[in-house]
Amino acid sequence: MEAIFFLTFAALAVASALGVVLLRNPVHCAISLMVCFIQVAAIFVLLRSPFLAVVQIFVYVGAIMVLFLFVIMMLDIRTAVLERFLPGWERVPILGVLTVLGLQMLIMLLTSDRLLHPPADAGTVLDGTVAELGKALFLDYLLPFEVVSVVLLVAFVGAIILAKRERKE
Amino acid sequence: MIPLSWYVILGAVLFMIGLSGVFLRRNILVILMSVELMLNSANINFVAFSHFFQDLRGQVFAIFVITVTAAEVAVALGILVALMRNKRTLKVDEITIMKG
Repeated sequence: MEAIFFLTFAALAVASALGVVLLRNPVHCAISLMVCFIQVAAIFVLLRSPFLAVVQIFVYVGAIMVLFLFVIMMLDIRTAVLERFLPGWERVPILGVLTVLGLQMLIMLLTSDRLLHPPADAGTVLDGTVAELGKALFLDYLLPFEVVSVVLLVAFVGAIILAKRERKE
Repeated sequence: MIPLSWYVILGAVLFMIGLSGVFLRRNILVILMSVELMLNSANINFVAFSHFFQDLRGQVFAIFVITVTAAEVAVALGILVALMRNKRTLKVDEITIMKG
């Protein structure tokens, strides 16, 4: 049963990820990416990480993709829609490199016995509640947490300054 | 019980799709979206290993990755808006101000 759910979500995720790369209009790409993020959130639920699934939906689908769509609407994408997007002959070397890299990755994954025979199941130490995650975040990882919040603050100030229209003196 | 390798293979496939998006597309918005896709596939790996080893560090790391991604997108789109104001193009081949 769980496998059926996983395969459904994975197939939808891969299909919508292909849509991001293959669709011509950036708006369609953004919608496709949104679908992909929702599938990944569902996979997080399958992995018993409900908090991350919710954060994924809030931050990626709710914030990041809406930001993307706003910027796409601000910009003029009519010329971008006309762009040739499928690889021409000059992209063949890049395609070759990508194929080699992908095959290497898959072969490495499929032949690694640590992955196929993982160490003995650690049992269910975590019960999948948010409480343990919160304890880990605020006790063991307090300094990284604060640092990352400062990073976020600095990024937002920087984004506002960058996007602000300069006043003509 | 789904084996760990399924999740890791899904992560690898999504990563390769994102990488091909970065290499093949010339629209800067789509390139940014492909980078998001790659970061997300790394997150799948983090959470999968976190679940299979019953270790919270993977989830904590995934939260940090999501936060840093939000910061990155904000700055990247700010730069994009500033760029569009000075140079009306979205194609990365035509953005050669830095002579790179």
